[in-house]
Amino acid sequence: MLRTAAVILWKDLRIEMRTRDAIGAAFVFSLLTMVIFNFALDANTPEMRRLAAGFFWVAFAFSGTLALNRSFALEKESGAGRALIFAPVDPAGVYLGKFFANALFLFITQVIVLPAFIVFFDATVVASRWWALAASFILGSVAFASVGTLFSAVAANTRMRELMLPLLFLPVTVPALIGAVETTAFALGGTASAAFWFKLLVVYDVVFVTVSLLIFEFALEE
Amino acid sequence: MKQRQIADNILVYALFIWMSVSLVMMFFYAPIESEMGIVQKIFYFHVPLAWNAFLGFAIVFFASFRYLATRDPKWDARALAAAEVGVLFTTLVLITGPIWAKPVWGIWWTWDARLTLTFVLWLIYMGYLMLRRYIESPERRAVLAAVVGVTGFVDVPLVYFAIRWWRTQHPQPVIMGGEDSGLDPKMATTLWVSTAAYLLLFTVLFRRRLALEHLRHELDEYRAQRDHMKGAM
Repeated sequence: MLRTAAVILWKDLRIEMRTRDAIGAAFVFSLLTMVIFNFALDANTPEMRRLAAGFFWVAFAFSGTLALNRSFALEKESGAGRALIFAPVDPAGVYLGKFFANALFLFITQVIVLPAFIVFFDATVVASRWWALAASFILGSVAFASVGTLFSAVAANTRMRELMLPLLFLPVTVPALIGAVETTAFALGGTASAAFWFKLLVVYDVVFVTVSLLIFEFALEE
Repeated sequence: MKQRQIADNILVYALFIWMSVSLVMMFFYAPIESEMGIVQKIFYFHVPLAWNAFLGFAIVFFASFRYLATRDPKWDARALAAAEVGVLFTTLVLITGPIWAKPVWGIWWTWDARLTLTFVLWLIYMGYLMLRRYIESPERRAVLAAVVGVTGFVDVPLVYFAIRWWRTQHPQPVIMGGEDSGLDPKMATTLWVSTAAYLLLFTVLFRRRLALEHLRHELDEYRAQRDHMKGAM
């Protein structure tokens, strides 16, 4: 299972290194969302700065969907999805590989969007709370990738896959989104404690990685 | 088939009588609430609809799970019927809620835990129903919908706790005097009668929807046979 996961992960990483489709699109889209926020809400006021963590995660929720959409679209277009189904490998391994690739793409996107975000919203990370920022990025990426990978495989089989993924994926990620926003807000000095949100994110990640691992084989078959 | 129809007819008559009794109780037996006045009556529609909608989503989860385990199309049909009636009831909950909230709270909507959870549930199961429309093959549709039906329900407790905790940290725009605390016994009785009435309505709609799905399935089979025969000639 782990070997399958490693092979799939390596394949997706190589594709991404050559095309930079997922991260590139998600990065540009995140910047775009921030520009729109600025116009819609006038981000240069102190109150808006307090809500910066929210802006960041909304931008990321939408741009992340873009990246996740590509995850199984590639396999579908090239017919490699069918090959994956017929290959004598554990579907859980396919899921794990895809999941790690997606989580990594989402995390890298966040890391490269962060400087732009800090500049645009005049956000400062509290010195002793960098760990909380890192935790919200890692746990948030894992949360998005866990359900995102599963639903991306589901949506890839529909007629309207670009449309279907956000409709299915965003409502289900609501708890993770709240947890990630609050943990990031804590790192930016907006709130006093993030212990509960940290735990919520961990629980969300464990629950949805487990559920997805168990159920993924059904989403893959044809 | 004959027995099914008889059972359906009995259910419909029972629903008619029970729902009438429940309406009479709502307006003539249950006292008028001292502070909210007549608008409080919406409570007897709103709460039973919400409870039965949640029941519907629980059935979606169970039926989806059973479908993945057995691959029996009847479980898929049950999940679909429960999801449709559940979404219908949730829609009514989301409409009746604000009608009550505006005169009582002074606002149509607040992002309180229960309201937000209901709204998020509505979105999840609308997504579920839309997904079904965009997949041609019946088997693929059943399997993929079941995947979403199971995953979506696992999310419910997480959504609830996340929003509840989030709410307690942020200022509440309205004070929610818990409706269940110190409910007048006559009101409580009416609420239970009404809940049973809506459970009956749920059952009738659910069974009708299943019968419709069954007919559709038969029609598809006849069409397939016809096309097959055309191909042979």
